[in-house]
Amino acid sequence: MEMPIPNPAIMARKARVVERLQGVLPFDAVIFDERETRAYECDALTAYKCPPMVAVLPSSTQEVSDVLRICHEEGVPVVPRGSGTSLAGGALPTADCVILGVARMNDVIETDYENRIIRVQTGRTNLSVTGAVEEHGFFYAPDPSSQLACAIAGNIAMNSGGAHCLKYGVTTNNLMGVKMVLMDGEIIDVGGAYLDAGGLDLLGLICGSEGQLGVVTEATLRILHKPEGARPVLIGFDDNEVAGTCVSDIIKAGVLPVAIEFMDRPCIEATEAFAKAGYPMCEALLIVEVEGSDAEIDHQLELISEIARRHNPVELRQSKSAEESAKIWLGRKSAFGAMGQINDYMCLDGTIPVSSLPHVLKRIGEMSDHYGLKVGNVFHAGDGNMHPLILFDANKPGDLELCEEFGAEVLKLCVEVGGCLTGEHGVGIEKRDLMHVQYAAADLNAQMAVKDVFDPAWLLNPAKVFPLDASESRRAVQLAAE
Amino acid sequence: MDITSEQALVDAVKGAGGPVAVQGGGTRGVPAGGTVLSVAGLSGISLYEPGAMTVVAEAGTPVAEIEAALAKENQRLAFEPMDHRALLGSKGTPTIGGVMAANVSGPRRISVGAARDFLLGVRYVDGRGTVVKNGGRVMKNVTGYDLVKLMAGSFGTLGVLSEVSLKVLPRPETQATLVLHGLDDVRGVAAMANALGSPFEVTGAAHDPAAQNTMLRIEGFETSVTYRMDKLRTLLSATGAEIDVQGAADSDRLWAQTRDVAAFQGKPGDVWRVSCKPSDGPALAARSGAQAWFYDWAGGLIWLLANAGHDLRAALGPFDGHATLVRADVETKARLGMFHPEPAGLARLTSGLRAQFDPRGIFNAGLMEHAA
Repeated sequence: MEMPIPNPAIMARKARVVERLQGVLPFDAVIFDERETRAYECDALTAYKCPPMVAVLPSSTQEVSDVLRICHEEGVPVVPRGSGTSLAGGALPTADCVILGVARMNDVIETDYENRIIRVQTGRTNLSVTGAVEEHGFFYAPDPSSQLACAIAGNIAMNSGGAHCLKYGVTTNNLMGVKMVLMDGEIIDVGGAYLDAGGLDLLGLICGSEGQLGVVTEATLRILHKPEGARPVLIGFDDNEVAGTCVSDIIKAGVLPVAIEFMDRPCIEATEAFAKAGYPMCEALLIVEVEGSDAEIDHQLELISEIARRHNPVELRQSKSAEESAKIWLGRKSAFGAMGQINDYMCLDGTIPVSSLPHVLKRIGEMSDHYGLKVGNVFHAGDGNMHPLILFDANKPGDLELCEEFGAEVLKLCVEVGGCLTGEHGVGIEKRDLMHVQYAAADLNAQMAVKDVFDPAWLLNPAKVFPLDASESRRAVQLAAE
Repeated sequence: MDITSEQALVDAVKGAGGPVAVQGGGTRGVPAGGTVLSVAGLSGISLYEPGAMTVVAEAGTPVAEIEAALAKENQRLAFEPMDHRALLGSKGTPTIGGVMAANVSGPRRISVGAARDFLLGVRYVDGRGTVVKNGGRVMKNVTGYDLVKLMAGSFGTLGVLSEVSLKVLPRPETQATLVLHGLDDVRGVAAMANALGSPFEVTGAAHDPAAQNTMLRIEGFETSVTYRMDKLRTLLSATGAEIDVQGAADSDRLWAQTRDVAAFQGKPGDVWRVSCKPSDGPALAARSGAQAWFYDWAGGLIWLLANAGHDLRAALGPFDGHATLVRADVETKARLGMFHPEPAGLARLTSGLRAQFDPRGIFNAGLMEHAA
């Protein structure tokens, strides 16, 4: 993956930039020693690494504003960072940048159960938002699988999803307001503890903008009361297509499960060897979870089972207890770990219309043979969000490149059948150069014009999201201003 | 000019010599001057996959046509868009493009989200006459910036929608509404907060001070609705209010009336819509100077009937939220502005976006640019 050549003129100003940053931040919040900046050299896309020029860890919105104002005046690019769990390289530094980490900003500012909101600083982790309200029976719905570590800042930047978004939506559907600092240091408030912020939907625009429009320091989030209970049913099929039809029939029948997960045979085999969850060896496995009281759950699971029986499942197992539920989820939750036991893997997250599932799985199988790389598919089937895991050997020269080529082919296929490149991980650097596949030049221009308004000098996370050739002239404005 | 293709729309925008009033069915009282540019001729559902819960339609497709197609598959537009005609006395046919451009959401907004949360993709023509697409027709999509959300609720000021992709949801088996009688505003809003803070999935919460009725809607399978109604009744028994339950047909009628603001239809005066923190609702309403009001969204949405020309925003003073002038004569809308004035920082971003999307400033000029 190509990155812009670092600007030597900026790097030559390092000492002055550090001195100015030290003037507005505590001593230990400015990291510039080359051994220490290495801690920020990558995010969860570990194939790409580059230590930043400087990393800063502000503790307040005002400090964030001071940092951005200084970087703006000095013409230094800034890469915002939550917890660094991006799978797309969203927080990958360049050698001439300042990493702005929000990890020290993790306070709960306000909980308001009457109005069902929580206001937090965005360095707070996703799971600890729920942790702050669960003793009152509430939770924060978006649940990306990295939720133990990932920060709300990154969730907002990437508009993160999770396994339960079929019912509860993704981050953008649960975000009510933000405090954000623009690149020139200006602090703005959008929305708040009320529905539908006034004026243009800037909140919707900010969510998912991958840290390119501003640095969000506080967020007002919708919280919900937990359901009385939840239990899944496990359904096995000897045919992918039949499993896909079953998903569609469940949805058409008017049942809206909280999650519908799908695993294919290579994935079932890998997880079974690893986690021994007692899954049947078959072509496709569905885990369908519903919520409510015990009686409501039984009723919905029976409706789902009735639909499934019409498709001759090889296995049908309704959970009757928390223990049985845990066992059903065990394999699915170990899927990534299980694949990781076999080899290094690359996780894609393209989304497809559910109706294209059999065709796409068949084509991925053919590509797997062609490239000689194994692939297992885990899939949020209710919303079409795929997670093909391509196995490769990072120590074998050329294997990563081969894997990336295979991955790109899969994503192109997702777009070809009416889907998109990324359903919940974001573009980052990983899918940046594939944006041309999904969007025409005019479509990309319209998006880049938005960045022109928020960050005219293109200093915030500039080498992400848009293909470098498409954003080159805009980034050049910044260089010319040197 | 009758526009029946996206290309004709492009030509019309490129050929526009001055201000353009962007319209779908023209039923929603948007005060815009200039030559009318209507997308009503761009009509038809091009794709509907019930199993994937997605619909793609041209922007001028009548809402009724989409709702009828969905009903056949036992699905619906879950965000429950209001029909403004009876309130505004407007004629015409509401279109799906108009619903999305105005982000029109009804009582179910509190549980399923707003119109914008159901918009998956758009095609639009910007002020230069360029066709732009964003989003798609899948439910999860974070590929690039979310211009879909930006277009929703932009009231035609950034571009003219030509096509929309929507998420739809199954229609539940049945519904019922619990009605509490005799609560004042503060106790009514508190009861709604209590109900929404429960696990019973309330999909509508409205309070009518005139009748002192507090309504809570539950939807789902028959057995489930019965069960949750009992639970809610027990939960709210502490209010001391007299409680009864309205069955499916009456429930449906009550929420259609709430959605379409039946209480103020045909009554003289201006109609305002205030979005606020639910618990602030009663105090705001009390100081608004309005003649009458009722609460939807558990108190977070107040509909107010005020004397014609009255500046409700001035009476409310600063608060967390915003007030939209929905019904008033042209002079009042021009003087007070339909939308709440924005703080300088946001106003600057709004103007900046307008300049990028519509450099000539021809689409619904001045409608949304209103700095405090």
